[in-house]
Amino acid sequence: MLKDRDYMQRAGGTQALSAQAIQESALATNKVLKNTYLLLSATLLFSALTAGISMALELPRVTYLISVGIAMVAGIFVLPRTANSSAGIGVIFLITGMLGLGLGPLLTMYLELPKGPQIIGTALGGTGTIFLALSAYTLKSQRNFNFMGGFLFAGFMVVLIAALANIFLAMPALSLALSAGIILLMSGFILFDTSRIARGEETNYIMATYGIYLAIFNIFINLLALLGIMGDD
Amino acid sequence: MDWMKIGQAGLLIMFIVVMFPAARHWSKNSPKAEAGDWKAALLPLAGVILFIALLISMVR
Repeated sequence: MLKDRDYMQRAGGTQALSAQAIQESALATNKVLKNTYLLLSATLLFSALTAGISMALELPRVTYLISVGIAMVAGIFVLPRTANSSAGIGVIFLITGMLGLGLGPLLTMYLELPKGPQIIGTALGGTGTIFLALSAYTLKSQRNFNFMGGFLFAGFMVVLIAALANIFLAMPALSLALSAGIILLMSGFILFDTSRIARGEETNYIMATYGIYLAIFNIFINLLALLGIMGDD
Repeated sequence: MDWMKIGQAGLLIMFIVVMFPAARHWSKNSPKAEAGDWKAALLPLAGVILFIALLISMVR
């Protein structure tokens, strides 16, 4: 009897411990998610600020290439090494600031089009809506979208190789197809990344922010291109 | 040749080289989709396509 009671107490204790572990894990996941969205908001605002500065200074178009190059090098070689320290925050702001700076000349070019302001406004609203809807869908459905990883990365490689070929081929139809393909791939990456954060598989909010930021940035750029081409009579 | 094109190509080649190990890792180690998984992923993506079609019709 005593043994039974002892066993029951131990079993109860184990259950309480596992419930506590689950609760702690859920809290940690919520913290990563909250920090990711906070940092994402801050980096998007910072990008908007640097884009505004770039437009006010009327920086040349080559700024886009240089800024994206610096951001890419920092994202590939510096961010993964600093993401676990406070220096990672500075690096993510450097990357997103550079991407915003590069966006300035592109936005100036679109503003010169007859429907430029409308195209930019629509692309901005469209990107925000796509991001919010896909994030809400992933968080609400609680699905694991890890199975998409292989498909998304393979698709991304195909798109990068096609984009490389199109630099020299300069085919408008391929540009259009690439923009549409990138928007769909980046939408898939939002599902994939958000699901990984929500399930506690991505524990570093700086890297999580970087992944989602790049998806949003690419959706915006390609939506701008798609609307710019399709909106032209 | 335009040096901007060479710069763009250089950046893309660097990105392809860096992304390749991640692409290989995920294609080897991605979990298999269970019943209904693809449907759950394609549904919102179809929504994105319809939404973009709506945005295009708005700027035309």
